[in-house]
Amino acid sequence: MFVSTDESPPSFKSYTLLMPAVSVGNVGQLAVDLIISTLQLPKVGHFHTDSLIPMVGNNPYATSAENANDLSTNAEVYCSKDLKLAVLQIRTPIIQTRIRQFRKNIVSWIKSSGFSKTVILSSSHAYQRDDQQLQGTPLRYLLTPALQKEAGQRIQELEWREMEKVSTFPGISDSEQKLYIPGGGVTKGLYTDCCDEDIRMAVVLIFCSEGDNIPDAFALGNYLNDWLHLLGKPAQGSPQWNMPPSWKLLFGNGIPPAIF
Amino acid sequence: MATFFGEVLSVYSRAVEEEDREDEDENEEDVEIRRELEEKRTVHLKWCPEVSQEKLLCSHLIIAAGTNAAGFVSTFILNPARWHPVGWMALWNERNKGSGVLNSPPAPGEPGCVIYQQKEGGAVLICQCTCYVAEDQLFQWTEKLFAGLQKRGLTVTVLSDAPIAEYKTADYLHGRDIPFLCALKTSAYKEVVNSPFLDQPNIVTGLPAAVLCHCEVHGIPAVLYQNYSDVISADSVTMEAYKPALTSTKSVKLEPPSTAILQKFTRGFDVHDNLYT
Repeated sequence: MFVSTDESPPSFKSYTLLMPAVSVGNVGQLAVDLIISTLQLPKVGHFHTDSLIPMVGNNPYATSAENANDLSTNAEVYCSKDLKLAVLQIRTPIIQTRIRQFRKNIVSWIKSSGFSKTVILSSSHAYQRDDQQLQGTPLRYLLTPALQKEAGQRIQELEWREMEKVSTFPGISDSEQKLYIPGGGVTKGLYTDCCDEDIRMAVVLIFCSEGDNIPDAFALGNYLNDWLHLLGKPAQGSPQWNMPPSWKLLFGNGIPPAIF
Repeated sequence: MATFFGEVLSVYSRAVEEEDREDEDENEEDVEIRRELEEKRTVHLKWCPEVSQEKLLCSHLIIAAGTNAAGFVSTFILNPARWHPVGWMALWNERNKGSGVLNSPPAPGEPGCVIYQQKEGGAVLICQCTCYVAEDQLFQWTEKLFAGLQKRGLTVTVLSDAPIAEYKTADYLHGRDIPFLCALKTSAYKEVVNSPFLDQPNIVTGLPAAVLCHCEVHGIPAVLYQNYSDVISADSVTMEAYKPALTSTKSVKLEPPSTAILQKFTRGFDVHDNLYT
């Protein structure tokens, strides 16, 4: 459930909600980090739930000594009034037995807050791309029927590629096709829930492998920015993202000088 | 995944599974088993029979999680003449089995979560937790504990153990005094913090994280002291490192530990660990 940090909870009516799916390489979460850190979004509340593993740390987006020691928790909500944007950052995996519960909580929060649309940033295993998915860009999208009416046109102009369905029985029959997002965590579940509940929702995802996923996060951020225009883009090249200080030491400690 | 030096490490995917489990296929029996397991894993807060009221009044709650934190409160604070056990958290999980865990308080020396109250005054509570609390039980554990307390001007102090290997820093740790304390505090906590703050990208998980999350969300002033140590077992140097965390607190008085108690805590480990005895 959403708990506001202020006495008066903010209104998210007609806001866009951005959230990551905890998925392969944590690309969605990294991209959300980039967005919060670049736009310097203020924190407005927590998503307090028993479905996520608890975690705390200091402010991952610290800009000065004053705000460096603000506590951050496993799921927090940031928001920008000017952009009409709310961003939910999830920092820990979902407890396996409570995945359904988590989906339910998210869907009911989306419904009760009145978001105009929800965008899920996600990723999928690159090694599971099939023949038709292998060519071209690794970036894909999905729209629920409710959002298709509104955003379909714009997405077509961008020449985005929809996530291809794959055969249920590959090599035997191609007649039955299904949506398959391996390594995508709750992505597919949330997408189907939103389709059923007639919620305006989009999935934006990238095929990737585990490793240094920072370039994937940039790619996903740029891709999303082409659609939502969160960040001004120079005529040539990509927008200037700001890496949060919490990204340092992603590959462990500094090198001990004694080894040289 | 490949690291800086090129060696390949096997990492598990945080995405949990290749594809969401199709639990729509689940039959009645599966649902029943799942429900029973869930029930068995429920955390209960149990009061000792002599505690009359349903909720205990509490102005300062100290939670000690881990062997050394628990050892510290046992040796420096929990003098049996001044403190008595009032309750315990009863929980069952894969690493905390046994038929009696739900019905009787943990025996001395056994892992468990015991709550102590000060005999005089009585508004200070200490929760000593040495047993494993599973990830899915952490949220419940904190909810149940705080639901059992009457909060009037409540402040929470959490003491917790952590291995130095988990501490991330760009500087090489050689020469730094180990063990050392790092602190985290909730936004409602306005008092002085007696150690440096935990710097990014270090994080805290487990029981201390669950308590701090709860306090942050509910606006309870809370501070966490994480003790990074290179000794895994109970050890007097690591225990002493907790001292600054409670020196400025008026509600508890640190007592010089008796050698007998210290020995009781640290000796048990030495005997088994030494190859030559």
